[in-house]
Amino acid sequence: MITRFLWQGMGPGLRLFTLLVLAVGILLPLANQLLPPTSPFHVPAWVLQLIGKYLCYALLALAVDLVWGFCGILSLGHGAFFALGGYCMGMYLMRQIGSRGVYGNPLLPDFMVFLNYKQLPWFWHGFDQFWFAAIMIVLVPSVLAFALGWFAFRSRVTGVYLSIITQAMTFALMLAFFRNDMGLGGNNGMTDFKEILGFPVQADGTRAALCFASAVALALGLVISAAIVGSRFGKALTAVRDAESRMRFLGYRVEGFKLFVFVLSAAMSGVAGALYVPQVGIINPSEFAPGNSIEAVLWVAVGGRGTLIGPVIGAFLVNFGKTWLTGALPEFWLFALGALFIVVTLLLPKGIMGLWGQIRDRSQARKAQGAKSGAEKARVPA
Amino acid sequence: MRSTSALLYLSGVTVSFDGFKALNNLSLLVEPGEMRAIIGPNGAGKTTMMDVITGKTRPDEGEVVFDGKSDLTKLDEADIATLGIGRKFQKPTVFETHTVRDNLLLALSGIRSWYKLLLAAPTKAEKDRLDEILTIIRMTDQQHMLAARLSHGQKQWLEIGMLLAQDPKLLLVDEPVAGMTDVETETTAQVLREINRSHSVVVVEHDMSFVRALGVKVTVLHEGSMLAEGTLDQVSADPRVVEVYLGR
Repeated sequence: MITRFLWQGMGPGLRLFTLLVLAVGILLPLANQLLPPTSPFHVPAWVLQLIGKYLCYALLALAVDLVWGFCGILSLGHGAFFALGGYCMGMYLMRQIGSRGVYGNPLLPDFMVFLNYKQLPWFWHGFDQFWFAAIMIVLVPSVLAFALGWFAFRSRVTGVYLSIITQAMTFALMLAFFRNDMGLGGNNGMTDFKEILGFPVQADGTRAALCFASAVALALGLVISAAIVGSRFGKALTAVRDAESRMRFLGYRVEGFKLFVFVLSAAMSGVAGALYVPQVGIINPSEFAPGNSIEAVLWVAVGGRGTLIGPVIGAFLVNFGKTWLTGALPEFWLFALGALFIVVTLLLPKGIMGLWGQIRDRSQARKAQGAKSGAEKARVPA
Repeated sequence: MRSTSALLYLSGVTVSFDGFKALNNLSLLVEPGEMRAIIGPNGAGKTTMMDVITGKTRPDEGEVVFDGKSDLTKLDEADIATLGIGRKFQKPTVFETHTVRDNLLLALSGIRSWYKLLLAAPTKAEKDRLDEILTIIRMTDQQHMLAARLSHGQKQWLEIGMLLAQDPKLLLVDEPVAGMTDVETETTAQVLREINRSHSVVVVEHDMSFVRALGVKVTVLHEGSMLAEGTLDQVSADPRVVEVYLGR
């Protein structure tokens, strides 16, 4: 039954795309590990790190699309769930440093020694175990999303008001995490990670494994999202997006639908953040910045909201552009981002995935026009 | 709560918005199997009455009882819909990004909880029922078409199909003939009479010729209360009704 559930939403296009994601996640790390650096097909470690990062962004974009594209909830605070997952991973990585830190304290991370902590805060217990951290990576963002969604959806907060609440949430968390007495590293955040599951974080082999893990996570995200969207639940979900009150009068309690996808989406964001942190080597409160969440929404808009492939493509393209532009013309990135927002809204309302349909509609309209004028011409001599 | 044989029982219902009484001590009885027309000038409280019955608006005072046992003032829209009260809005509202068949599937009485829908596949009985409704509304050929691409008339038919799929005990219909031609109005009256054979119906309408075509008991609302009740001829002979409609 589970297999049928997982398979029901996978159209041929999506199957191919998921395989492509997995192929990238397998072939790039293999090309890095097996081929000698002299080979033209050798993939340097920095490329693995970059692709791994993009894969995490793509998973975040997919999560945003699940609530925005399929349920109409425009969340401007998904960066918060991403960052919370990242912090959980960061706490695990900090505990793995042990006595190799600058101050050599076997129990307390460096920043705690520096801030004169005498003992480990209660919420740091358990994070020396990977399994515990893994549970928290999913649980912490889910619980926050559940609490927020429970109150917001039951009070029927929708549209722009909900967007503002999510934005305020991530902003409030940013301010909270900037404080040193949060016990989470203050504005410096956490860095100088040494090992993950016993492997050195900086090593090429670990990078290859993390890139692979990110690809697997994204592929799983695609399969799960497709299954949900393709089920009868998914049909009801898009109906809620299009005509919420109509669904109520049909007897659906729409809060349950919204809450489920919102929590699931937060959990996916958390996993994305957790895979992101060991690859970039740092997590700090700036990950909560409202701009990050808005950028994630833009990836979805560029790729095409309401499709599953779109957000992945959008996340890759926009971030590729960002990597290139912040290197070539750093002062222009924000202008480019703003321009992109305007261009997509005006010209590509359905994103890149909608482009094909737009072109087809236009050519059909032209053909119909041509047929009509042709028919008129034919009538003239008669 | 009083026990009653009526399908729908409203007693002393009052709703005020910022001091303005949209409904003022309104009482109404609808018997099982009955069709009732509600008329009244703008602002008489017709839509507010529908909102109270379907759980969208909570009354300040009064009783609203369905089927002699369910207190509608305590339930929300989803509960009330599940009890068997369907509502058709003035503007046809179908789910535009879904196919005709999926629209009917969503409306089909049955599973409503989100976790059951995750794993549910349409059963044989459900499929047969969908085929049956598609035949009734003559849309079998369009069943895989997106509802957004239907014409206005086809959307009306689809919505009627959705109401059949929902199979409510009581159907509330809000201004069904607004913006329709005379022929369409006559057809709609026929359809409603047909639906009335197996369902109770409450119709809110402005159009007098349509109400005449229905030929049922009429309730006149005015300023949130019931002004008169009876056949259309009786109420239109009532001097108070004439005054409300025509002014002095």
